Amino acid sequence: MMENPVIHVEKLTKRFGSFTAVDNISFDVGKGEIFGFLGANGAGKTTAMRMLCGLSKPTGGTGTVAGFDINKESEQIKQNIGYMSQKFSLYEDLKVWENIRLFGGIYGLSDKEIAQKTDDLLKRLGFESERNTLVQSLPLGWKQKLAFSVSIFHEPRIVFLDEPTGGVDPVTRRQFWELIYQAADKGITVFVTTHYMDEAEYCNRVSIMVDGRIEALDSPSELKKRFEVGTMDEVFYLLARKAKRGE
Amino acid sequence: MNAVDVIQLDKAYGTVTALTALSFSVNRGELFGIIGPDGAGKTTLFRILTTLILPDRGKALVDGYDVVKDYKEIRKRVGYMPGRFSLYQDMTVEENLRFFATVFGTTIEENYTLIEDIYKQIEPFKTRKAGKLSGGMKQKLALSCALIHKPSVLFLDEPTTGVDPVSRKEFWAMLTRLKEQGITIVVSTPYMDEAVLCDRIALIRKGTFLDIETPGQIIDNFKETLWAVKADKMSSLLQDLRTLDGVKTCFSFGDVHHITVDDKRLTIVSLGDRLSRQGYREIEIKPIQATIEDCYMQMSQNAE
Repeated sequence: MMENPVIHVEKLTKRFGSFTAVDNISFDVGKGEIFGFLGANGAGKTTAMRMLCGLSKPTGGTGTVAGFDINKESEQIKQNIGYMSQKFSLYEDLKVWENIRLFGGIYGLSDKEIAQKTDDLLKRLGFESERNTLVQSLPLGWKQKLAFSVSIFHEPRIVFLDEPTGGVDPVTRRQFWELIYQAADKGITVFVTTHYMDEAEYCNRVSIMVDGRIEALDSPSELKKRFEVGTMDEVFYLLARKAKRGE
Repeated sequence: MNAVDVIQLDKAYGTVTALTALSFSVNRGELFGIIGPDGAGKTTLFRILTTLILPDRGKALVDGYDVVKDYKEIRKRVGYMPGRFSLYQDMTVEENLRFFATVFGTTIEENYTLIEDIYKQIEPFKTRKAGKLSGGMKQKLALSCALIHKPSVLFLDEPTTGVDPVSRKEFWAMLTRLKEQGITIVVSTPYMDEAVLCDRIALIRKGTFLDIETPGQIIDNFKETLWAVKADKMSSLLQDLRTLDGVKTCFSFGDVHHITVDDKRLTIVSLGDRLSRQGYREIEIKPIQATIEDCYMQMSQNAE
């Protein structure tokens, strides 16, 4: 077992009636690690992620996220993680600065901290001229970069990213990953799902879920070695096509 | 007669330009891909071609009919699968399919052979409400509904966004079989690896096509010297390569970085020496052929 993991789960299980969406999964994720959470549609990724984020109670198993118990301290987990998905990121009808202000406030930062960090953030992203722009009129790639920055604005120990780059153009997709690297370098753990297998290569370790279980968990290079293939796309294909349950 | 003819099409929403002087044709029976990111104008183009919105200027013909004047004819002849799931969530799988068949004056039985391949995969769930289906099953139902009236041209707007790699492969195998039955398919996608499966692809950016070619031609047109570079510290390697004299562009591509270089100033040997002097180990550099994604990024940058 890893020392001081940011995520530690043992035999995590979620059942809906007779259907076992997440089936006895156990793993650790370390500080500053970029952890890719892969799986086919319907494999149970979203359900597992919701439990890790404190949004859904496990049916069985134990674990901690950012030091808090997933069974008993879901409120503390919510306050101490960052979250971003393609579907939910920012409020479209608020301006750039208003979104930052809102999320900063939700996470309990003081007005002074928010003001200072907002300036830093906009400068770092080169967004100073967009401070008063409504989010809905930003290009998707900008929105995603801003949304990611907002999700780690309160400097959480871990950020969960659910398909953050879906539909984004190739150049922006890469710029987005450079932001992920910067966050990881600062010690923030990044837990990310993606359907782009080249992005799986950018992770320190990846897990691949099939029918509710984690079928493989290792660094991309080890996985490719084990399955004797050249790309993560092939690793994924070999594992995911074994799926038995319908989506 | 072409399946689609578009001549100097313009469309703006207020001050935001969606399409600019767009012209192209799609041949009958062709699998035509429109490749580009969100916001490039793909959906606007699909909505004009399926007669759901009007262009500001220019002309577009589908199956020989004008999208403005002959919209009623076009609606009988095209199938459309929008990017957002748009079937009736509170009707069952079978009710949805029957509804679309009836609206187009046909029956499921009459055109069953056309959809059999796809529909049989969701038929076991035919009494389930469409809103309760998973993403992959919704996609199959939407495709079945778009096909049930035997359209001559099928428009698919990002059918595989958010879909996992295995399901994406299956979906494209279905498209190839539909094409074999003579249906013209116009499909958009943000996934560059799907582009190679099309007869021709148009790379769209900011409301205009950068290029329309076969995937092979697009790759042949890539004239830069392209190398794949790998070493022990990939993250810092990316930054160091970018500032290196003779390196024009540098992007990560899975477990390697792709760089375009000025080969008068840099050779594989001289680059290897430079990197090893900077402390890199396990350096691998090799010349490679461009992928569609390399070409797209190159063209996007030239268009800046």
